[in-house]
Amino acid sequence: MRVALFVTCVNDTLFPDTGRAVVRLLRRLGVEADFPRAQTCCGQMHANTGYRDEAVRLARRSVAALRGYDAVVVPSGSCAAMIREQYPKLAGSSGPFADAVAQVVPKTYELTEFLVDVLGVTDVGAYFPHKVTYHPTCHSLRGIHLGDRPLTLLRQVKGLELVPLPGAEECCGFGGTFALKNAEVSAAMCADKVRAVLDTGAEVLCAADNSCLMHIGGMLGRQKSGVRVTHLAEILCSTETAGAR
Amino acid sequence: MSVTFLGMPPTRPFPRNAARALRDSQLRFNLRKATRTIRARRASVVAEAPDWAGLREAGRAIKEHTLRNLDRYLVRLEEAVTAAGGHVHWAADAAEANRIVAGLVKATGETEVVKVKSMATQEIGLNEALLEHGITAYETDLAELIVQLGDDQPSHILVPAIHRNRAEIREIFAEHMAGWGRPAPEDLTDDPAALAEAARLHLRERFLKTKVAISGANFAIAETGTMVVLESEGNGRMCLTLPRTLISVVGIEKVLPTWRDLEVFLQLLPRSSTGERMNPYTSMWTGAAEGQEFHLVLLDNGRTGVLADEVGRQALRCIRCSACLNVCPVYERAGGHAYGSVYPGPIGAILTPQLRGMGSELDRSLPYASSLCGACYEVCPVAIDIPSVLVDLRSRARHPWPERAGMAAAGWVLERSGRLARLQRAAGRLRRLTPRRLPGPLAGWTDTRDLPEMPEESFREWWDRTDGGRR
Amino acid sequence: MSSRDLILARVRRALAGVPDVEITRAYRGPSERPGEIGLFEERVRDYHAVVHLVDEPGVAERVALSLAARGARRVVVPAGFPAPWLAAADAEAVADDPPLSAADLGAVDGVLTTCAVAIAETGTIVLDAGPGQGRRALSLVPDYHLCVVRTAQIVAGVPDAVARLAPARPLTWISGPSATSDIELNRVEGVHGPRTLEVLIVT
Repeated sequence: MRVALFVTCVNDTLFPDTGRAVVRLLRRLGVEADFPRAQTCCGQMHANTGYRDEAVRLARRSVAALRGYDAVVVPSGSCAAMIREQYPKLAGSSGPFADAVAQVVPKTYELTEFLVDVLGVTDVGAYFPHKVTYHPTCHSLRGIHLGDRPLTLLRQVKGLELVPLPGAEECCGFGGTFALKNAEVSAAMCADKVRAVLDTGAEVLCAADNSCLMHIGGMLGRQKSGVRVTHLAEILCSTETAGAR
Repeated sequence: MSVTFLGMPPTRPFPRNAARALRDSQLRFNLRKATRTIRARRASVVAEAPDWAGLREAGRAIKEHTLRNLDRYLVRLEEAVTAAGGHVHWAADAAEANRIVAGLVKATGETEVVKVKSMATQEIGLNEALLEHGITAYETDLAELIVQLGDDQPSHILVPAIHRNRAEIREIFAEHMAGWGRPAPEDLTDDPAALAEAARLHLRERFLKTKVAISGANFAIAETGTMVVLESEGNGRMCLTLPRTLISVVGIEKVLPTWRDLEVFLQLLPRSSTGERMNPYTSMWTGAAEGQEFHLVLLDNGRTGVLADEVGRQALRCIRCSACLNVCPVYERAGGHAYGSVYPGPIGAILTPQLRGMGSELDRSLPYASSLCGACYEVCPVAIDIPSVLVDLRSRARHPWPERAGMAAAGWVLERSGRLARLQRAAGRLRRLTPRRLPGPLAGWTDTRDLPEMPEESFREWWDRTDGGRR
Repeated sequence: MSSRDLILARVRRALAGVPDVEITRAYRGPSERPGEIGLFEERVRDYHAVVHLVDEPGVAERVALSLAARGARRVVVPAGFPAPWLAAADAEAVADDPPLSAADLGAVDGVLTTCAVAIAETGTIVLDAGPGQGRRALSLVPDYHLCVVRTAQIVAGVPDAVARLAPARPLTWISGPSATSDIELNRVEGVHGPRTLEVLIVT
């Protein structure tokens, strides 16, 4: 099986630990992922802010870089949703772009989907002795319907105490450029999410999207709360002998 | 082309309206409490219906089929209503609808009308228009009464006074009821039952003596000419049955093809809107019922423009249940007034810019009044994909130049992986210089959130340096 | 061009070349099975209406008891309401003939009606102005409504009711007493319609 890692521009640039964790986790499970060097960004920021032409250009690039693989693994529910939900709309019904999209879309998996559905693994042999809560990001939850896959994986992690997040299904207020264009509303939503996280008493907040975590973590950090945010992949990659790094 | 009127003039852009609402802690408390109450109720009665997904799909398809054959069904409706003794009028815009209604009221010789809560008449600003003709319109729905007495604007489709709590309502009643008719009782408390009783007494006389009523309709059945109004309090029944003349102003998208279609919508609407298995009262009448004079005013007011839009036309499926408002995290915090239209919330954010166009700053800002979290789409009983319509509208909005420049720059960098890699390396070297506060529009982030730390090397640098961790 | 023609022309222009959609009805349609009496009773009670189950010979006594408990001395009784059901009542039956004024209706102590259909799943009764039901205002203006439902009139769900009803008749669907949720979205019973709804189910 030829597997491509679509690391996403946010992880590539700001959160390389997440990308490294995915590579090592997959390697531990016997999968050597390839990193197609031509990839950059799925185009979601442009598409969702109303820059359709730029989004189409980036979508073309992405499918060109990713086609031909048996599976594309994306450590982001949001970028996976972009590819699966929006690419077909951007591509239209015919032409080479539409063909490429039709080829890539069914093979695109968010990380936990790939682990649970393709590899059939729920215990990835991880060890993470911390109290953790999980925030199902909107695009994971309502976009690609990850369901309880992340929780199933987390429950098998040794040493990990999983605590439920109250109001988990509510948006954290990130929303890409929404966080800038409607900064006050975004911050108000984030404040409620932060309060919910603090109420759990968790040491670590995890999610399948670093963009939402950057937003929630940014406020947790500003408030000097001591709660750490980390991508799910980094928890799943941790073992008794080695941390995610 | 004239600009479609939607009940209130476009004001400042959404983010500024929202920021003001956020500073009103009472408003935030009221909205949070109310939306959370109704959210839980809706979820429980929807979960109770084992065939909800089937009903939702049928609701979507029936509405979609109706829109695709709207001309046929409108003509059919007209024939059926006329055959049953009713009169049908067509209004291309708000001004024409107001003219027609004012003319019909004047023909009765009356100067007072009672009104059933209706979005269509709010949309066209009927009360204000009637006043110019010397006709006073009395709102009879409790929430509309609160809005009217308080000289306020509605902030929710179903519960226009959702922004008011019981103490504020008591104040409004005590202060303003006397100016509109029977005063509030001296010893009025803020107990909801006492407030409802005060409204009952205040409006009782009015119902018994007023000769003309104005309503909207939730559904109009083309096959039979039957009009359907769902309500809770009985004020609707009072208006629909007691007056001699009844005028219903109905958007052209309210038509349903067949009587049988009600079996779907009478399940979808109450569960989605008030979170009840069934609302207390539903009235159905066909033409001139029980000797009443009945006029149906069919309203376009920009709807045919929406119908022409391939992506946006699904907004016309809306049955005005408000489920999308109640579940929306942005609505919950910004409140309905921030949307500057009688249609607030997620549905307003796609309906208002389509009906009114995106000429004003407010209307251009509405498609951005969403984090695209998708909760609205999930609860919509007719499956309107609100996030997709928002994204489509955003692609047609005029964007501010600093944003255009930023997006173009980002697009340029991301178009070649080499450019991205160079930028990442530069950023890695300058990481110590990352400011704590960002300038300009980016300050919105750093006002409340820390920036993430820039890593020393990007993922792709690591990959190249270590051959994907194998070295 | 009239506004009618203008609107229809705009609609046709908007729809040129747009394909139709198929309607699938994958939900519980009208069923052959009758409505469950127990469910109907439970669902009517959920709206805080008063419910009694009585057998046919017991109706007159139950009606009398209910009116007495309410203190109802003068009640509107629409034409066609079964006379035997009133036999034991110590109250004046007011006929709507000639039609009572709205003020007259406001002055009586209550109204007695039958119904056309009742829906178990939603706890709804539907009046269609048929025998024993009268015109719509009768069950609206008085503050107390006592409705007698025969078990054969109870259907399972909304689709069954829609199938049984005639759209040409004026219809009133009633689910519990008048209520509002306009104050902080809390349900309060009793606004403009009857504040007390009492339902007798005749088994």
